[in-house]
Amino acid sequence: MTLELSPDHAEVVSLLHPLDAGLEPAIASLHARLARDAQLTHTLDIAYRVVDSPVGKLLLAATDRGIVRVAFELEDHDSVLQLLANAVSPRILQAPARLDDAARELDEYFEGTRTEFDLTLDFRLCRGFRLNVLRHLPRIPYGSTASYAQVAQAAGSPNAVRAVGTACATNPLPLIVPCHRVVKSDGSFGGYLGGSEAKRALLRLEAAA
Amino acid sequence: MKPGQMVNKRPFEAVVREEGATVLRVCRAVLGVHDADDAWSDTFLAALQAYPALPAGANVEAWLVTIAHRKCIDHVRAGTRRALPVDHPPEQHSSLGIPGDGHEELLDAVTRLPLKQRQAVAYHYLAGLPYNDVAALLGGTAEAARRAGADGVKTLRSALSAHQSLAHTSSKGDI
Repeated sequence: MTLELSPDHAEVVSLLHPLDAGLEPAIASLHARLARDAQLTHTLDIAYRVVDSPVGKLLLAATDRGIVRVAFELEDHDSVLQLLANAVSPRILQAPARLDDAARELDEYFEGTRTEFDLTLDFRLCRGFRLNVLRHLPRIPYGSTASYAQVAQAAGSPNAVRAVGTACATNPLPLIVPCHRVVKSDGSFGGYLGGSEAKRALLRLEAAA
Repeated sequence: MKPGQMVNKRPFEAVVREEGATVLRVCRAVLGVHDADDAWSDTFLAALQAYPALPAGANVEAWLVTIAHRKCIDHVRAGTRRALPVDHPPEQHSSLGIPGDGHEELLDAVTRLPLKQRQAVAYHYLAGLPYNDVAALLGGTAEAARRAGADGVKTLRSALSAHQSLAHTSSKGDI
């Protein structure tokens, strides 16, 4: 679209500059009000917030059914939000309140005082065998590990070792669904969504607690 | 925009971040600073509701300005029902601008413009809509919209220059 703007456009815009007084703080409080209103009117399909953690900034996103996504910085939070917009709904706002419990439980986990999560999860991003694998992962106790082969066996498909790897690599709820406890049969770490350094740190944290 | 990117709609959060300031400026110009917040909230809540139905690739800013236009009219109507006109509105501008710098005079002058002129100035100069689109919102011809915008700007300029010449003749000499 070509904008047919008046020749005096820039000058008039600067004339109107007083309208910008206190604009940024106003927008910040209006954004918070929008998040609250949207929540109250059930117009918010996905609420998210970003929290700090020892393994970098974490994106936490929730639908009205539960936590739907946890994402590492490495995954690029903007891309993750775009994927959520495509897969679930573009009605997404930064709205911290819905993620209060998740943020608190993750804090406790990183402090070493929480060994399992008590959160409602929304598994709508996974299907079939992958979902089956993810549902099994919380049974690997805190502080221990299982091999991809063991998980495949436990999930009822002993030959699906590679598919277990894929399920872990595409886990939409890392940390909460502990795919970091799945390691290679030779004892090496294997890959991780948040990077192998993060996986090492998590296993060290759990071993120390 | 690269091909293929138009298929997917961006998260609404990105829309708020990108367009929030423009919509607030528009609401402030049309309604004045104090009612603008409510109109902004109404606009974005309605936009969030309707967002999934917006065709991919639509001009999001023009869409938001259209919603803001309707919400501002609701507020203007509610305001005229509610408030009694006063010669000297109560002074509430303390947080906005520094006294004597012309900011309050400009804001004051904007609120004194006829509604159509405020709308034309806001939609054309602040939201960047071409006068054809402004006319589609206001009714009437593009030429009438252009005239309303030009008249509004002229009044604002003369209000400010009156203020400045007053300041020049004052003994402060701080301009």
